[in-house]
Amino acid sequence: MITNDDVKYIASLSRIHLKEEEMATLRKDLEDILHYIEKLKKLDVSGVEPTTHPLPLKNVYREDRKQNGLSQEEALSMAVERKNGFFKVPKVIE
Amino acid sequence: MKLNELTAHELLAHLKNKKTTPQEIYASVKGKIQQVDNRIHAYARYSHNGPLNQDSLAKPGAYPIPIAIKDNICIKDNETTCCSHILEKFKPPYDATVIQRLKAAGVPILGNTNMDEFAFGSSTENSYFGPTRNPWDTSRVPGGSSGGSAAAVAAHEAIWALGSDTGGSIRQPASFCGVVGLKPTYGRVSRYGLIAFASSLDQIGPITKDVTDCAILLNIIAGHDPMDSTSANIPLPDYTKSLMNNARGLKIGIPKEYFIEGLNAEVKQAIMAAVDTLKRCGASFQEVSLPHTEYAVSTYYIVATAEASSNLARYDGVQYGLRAYPQTSRKTALVDMYEETRSTGFGREAKRRIMLGTYSLSAGYYDAYYLKGLKVRTLIKQDFENVFQTCDAIITPTAPTTAFKIGEKINDPLSMYLSDIYTISANLGGLPAISVPCGFSKEGLPIGLQIMTKPFDEAMLFRIAYTFEQNSQHTKRKVELS
Repeated sequence: MITNDDVKYIASLSRIHLKEEEMATLRKDLEDILHYIEKLKKLDVSGVEPTTHPLPLKNVYREDRKQNGLSQEEALSMAVERKNGFFKVPKVIE
Repeated sequence: MKLNELTAHELLAHLKNKKTTPQEIYASVKGKIQQVDNRIHAYARYSHNGPLNQDSLAKPGAYPIPIAIKDNICIKDNETTCCSHILEKFKPPYDATVIQRLKAAGVPILGNTNMDEFAFGSSTENSYFGPTRNPWDTSRVPGGSSGGSAAAVAAHEAIWALGSDTGGSIRQPASFCGVVGLKPTYGRVSRYGLIAFASSLDQIGPITKDVTDCAILLNIIAGHDPMDSTSANIPLPDYTKSLMNNARGLKIGIPKEYFIEGLNAEVKQAIMAAVDTLKRCGASFQEVSLPHTEYAVSTYYIVATAEASSNLARYDGVQYGLRAYPQTSRKTALVDMYEETRSTGFGREAKRRIMLGTYSLSAGYYDAYYLKGLKVRTLIKQDFENVFQTCDAIITPTAPTTAFKIGEKINDPLSMYLSDIYTISANLGGLPAISVPCGFSKEGLPIGLQIMTKPFDEAMLFRIAYTFEQNSQHTKRKVELS
């Protein structure tokens, strides 16, 4: 059972602000999908290791040598707002 | 036949014999786009002048065969948006590795194909730019999420295309549009520059008119890349060498769990006819079991949405893309901006998946959902390992039905998710899988056959797919669009 408060809480964790009319449909959608996923509950997975990744890869390192990356200008080229070579954002502290 | 209706290997032969030129081929494909794309809408945008890489026609290289690129693969200084409002007008400052390789091979790039926003969907209806239509029946979806790429190839608006596949997004649209679609083994093709949906599942792959073209295109794009630490550093064979018309001695498994309620009778019939064809070519078949199949969709929608919620956290209005402010302040100015940007920028399905993923990763639910999903993923992967001890390949339908109507499933997300029921296991297990046309329904809609093998055995996949294609006529049937 997913309540409107649950949906609001998940939305806030996701940094999404829902309109009232979105709330009801999303609550029902999430409830239906989670209900379907419930079927995993009947499966016993004790002793099974989780698979986070399909290949048996360990940490992959490159040689510790200087490489060319994007220039400051290229990295900032798509910025919505910029100032003095930085990305500019609204006030963080009230 | 018109140039744009030929395959890449036929065109390469024509070029070799001086029967045509790269300019003529490009003009033929471009003409078709101008003629039909207002009806099909396979492209999110295409170049109105020459190819995006102009030098591919000015100084032709080895493969001057025009290609369409899914809108989630970065092309330097060219809009690449994942068909999302939040990335509208975004121009990447670099090329994806596959784009670098296509440019080096001289492949002219036509433009970016339509897709479900961030590849979230199975119908291409979730695009910010509106749906793509299936060239075989324009009242139907082309499948998704790489629906634009599959429709472009089927409608002869591209000779070949690239898509991406996280849970079936290359194979299911290939099946719905009557073309060949390959999801390579996880790690076979670099993901550098592929805008991430679910990083442990995503792979870029070819969508082509036949199996030979698929092998040629995989040769161009595959191989180790230091820019993708998950790309596999193992030898790369020449895949055109595995195009053998011979299935003698091959053992192929048919998983009983895939032939269940919900599988359309005509689809089943076409798959069984394909099995008979391959038997005549020398393959032997046995029924096998993948006992955890019924848990695959649940596992996928835990793992994929969890990874998506994390990957999409980067769209915050700071470094690129959309930025929006609310009319009235709710929290701090910065958090207000984040929330308004994401609420305005993401579509309905994106919000649904981000929230589902956030839920299964959140405190109190992590063990019951995310961790449990990862453990069931292990069981699904082991099912395949067991079958591949005795089988060279597995054959299944690609999708349980043919293309459905536009609007039919858009308000029922769960039924949309179930249309990927046969394709998602290959992503969970990291296996290669191909969809090859294997027939048509009475209504004239294409049906796809899926072949899966063990990881990095694309050679076997190509051999079986090629043998089947050479002994059937299904890739020969073409869409008529006047």
